[in-house]
Amino acid sequence: MSANLLAVFYLISGVLFILALRGLSSPETSRQGNLFGIIGMAIAIGVTFLSTGNFSTGFLYVLVFLLIGGSLGAFIAYKIPMTAMPELVAGFHSLVGLAAVFVAISAFLNPEVFNLGSPGNIKIASLIEMSLGAAIGAITFTGSIIAFLKLKGIMSGSPITFIGQHYLNLALGLILFGLIFYLCKTQIDTWFWTIIIISFLVGVLLIIPIGGADMPVVISMLNSYSGWAAAGIGFTLENTALIITGALVGSSGAILSYIMCKGMNRSFFNVILGGFGGTDQSLSSKGKEQKPVKNGNADDAAFLMKNASSVIIVPGYGMAVAQAQHALREMVDSLKKNGVKVTYAIHPVAGRMPGHMNVLLAEANVPYDEVFELEEINNDFANCDVAYVIGANDVTNPVAKTDPQSPIYGMPILDVEKSKSVLFVKRSLSPGYAGIDNDLFYRDNTLMLFADAKKMTEDIIKNL
Amino acid sequence: MEIDPFIFRLSIFILSIFIGYYVVWSVTPSLHTPLMSVTNAISSVIIVGAIIAALAGNSENIFDTANIFGFLAIILAAVNIFGGFLVTQRMLAMYKKKKKEK
Repeated sequence: MSANLLAVFYLISGVLFILALRGLSSPETSRQGNLFGIIGMAIAIGVTFLSTGNFSTGFLYVLVFLLIGGSLGAFIAYKIPMTAMPELVAGFHSLVGLAAVFVAISAFLNPEVFNLGSPGNIKIASLIEMSLGAAIGAITFTGSIIAFLKLKGIMSGSPITFIGQHYLNLALGLILFGLIFYLCKTQIDTWFWTIIIISFLVGVLLIIPIGGADMPVVISMLNSYSGWAAAGIGFTLENTALIITGALVGSSGAILSYIMCKGMNRSFFNVILGGFGGTDQSLSSKGKEQKPVKNGNADDAAFLMKNASSVIIVPGYGMAVAQAQHALREMVDSLKKNGVKVTYAIHPVAGRMPGHMNVLLAEANVPYDEVFELEEINNDFANCDVAYVIGANDVTNPVAKTDPQSPIYGMPILDVEKSKSVLFVKRSLSPGYAGIDNDLFYRDNTLMLFADAKKMTEDIIKNL
Repeated sequence: MEIDPFIFRLSIFILSIFIGYYVVWSVTPSLHTPLMSVTNAISSVIIVGAIIAALAGNSENIFDTANIFGFLAIILAAVNIFGGFLVTQRMLAMYKKKKKEK
């Protein structure tokens, strides 16, 4: 196959990948989009096989390894519960990162195959591209592993900070650039290995100071990194499909990070520098416990909702933890039978990754046209009878609008307090991730339901 | 004067960033999780590099160090490709519209 024809096919798969993302603009077109993505991938792999023209034993091995990886991937994809989606995505990112590192290594060891020169005499541009690809890939790999461990709860979600952390990261970053420079100058492979090792370290150091609830930003950011790593390798291999995809994924992750940061009214750097939340909990909750709270039970909640004409559900990470989405849907079903209008309000940073709540509700068979984003639904709280807050906390805290001293001041919140009554399902009065007390608990129109989200919802169903 | 092919690739790269920017902004927020899993799947097109690397060199010695890294990368990327596309499909199949009132 000629190089030009090959390039045309790679271009076609690049276009199909663009269409795959385009399809996600609405749920109706999304499934077709995914199909485009699969076709694009099949074309890319197929023509690569044809281009090598090597159908010897090696080809057989490639197929075997492809099948091993593929069946492992397929197995995971079918087994994984929807609540574990953030961990899964973080885990997958780490694989892309490591794959980028491996491809960069083999290009470095065997540059002739990729027309990059010979060992010890690799083209400077290619060296820069492959070391950038390898470095970003390595950062993505270890960073995603840390994110995975934090999401999975194997590692504590609270930020790990130490003195001089940011200076250390900065120094390591500068060292990386220095090493790339020296690698180009001397072509000595020690520098190449050192770049990879330091990048692995940077990945760890970059993610450990970031706390659990900032994970939506972290996952998006790593998504973006995996794209840039792929693009770096794409330049090295002079492959259009890889360059296009890398750029698409890179900007996609960057946009998601931006949306998540905006949802918390924090700058990207503030999130990356980390150390937010989890530290001053004892301090802020002290002395406030005495304030009176109205304490309710499932019976009260059922009564309130049954007699309401409209109810808005506000789900948060707690719903995912308690796996309460199915019980919630059942509750809504019986409310609907009573003629109550029910909608769902989703805050951009609810859950541990972008769109986390939407997927869980979709899993529980909630139609997507009953689920609304913050801007779409926020005005409706004023006309709603009951807001049912299940597993969310900081994103409903009115303090964000009133107290400039508060760490979450200026964060867009769901105007839950405007509804006639608020049912707040929570295990205790403990503050949320931001470590601040939620003013909403002590309002006259708030009824606290102290229980596990799933159990409380099930009890309400019994009382309906 | 000839233009370095690198400039062409750079142009493709920059323009693709812009395409990505506009396409991703039009993705509905409720599909952000599938967006992440599908971008994850497509970035594993890096497998093409892995395949070339794995099949490089002479066929007598297919487990040269450089080839081994290629084979390892194939496994990793394949997990992602199959896993990523299938889990996206599984998620997207769950997004349903409200049934019309009977």
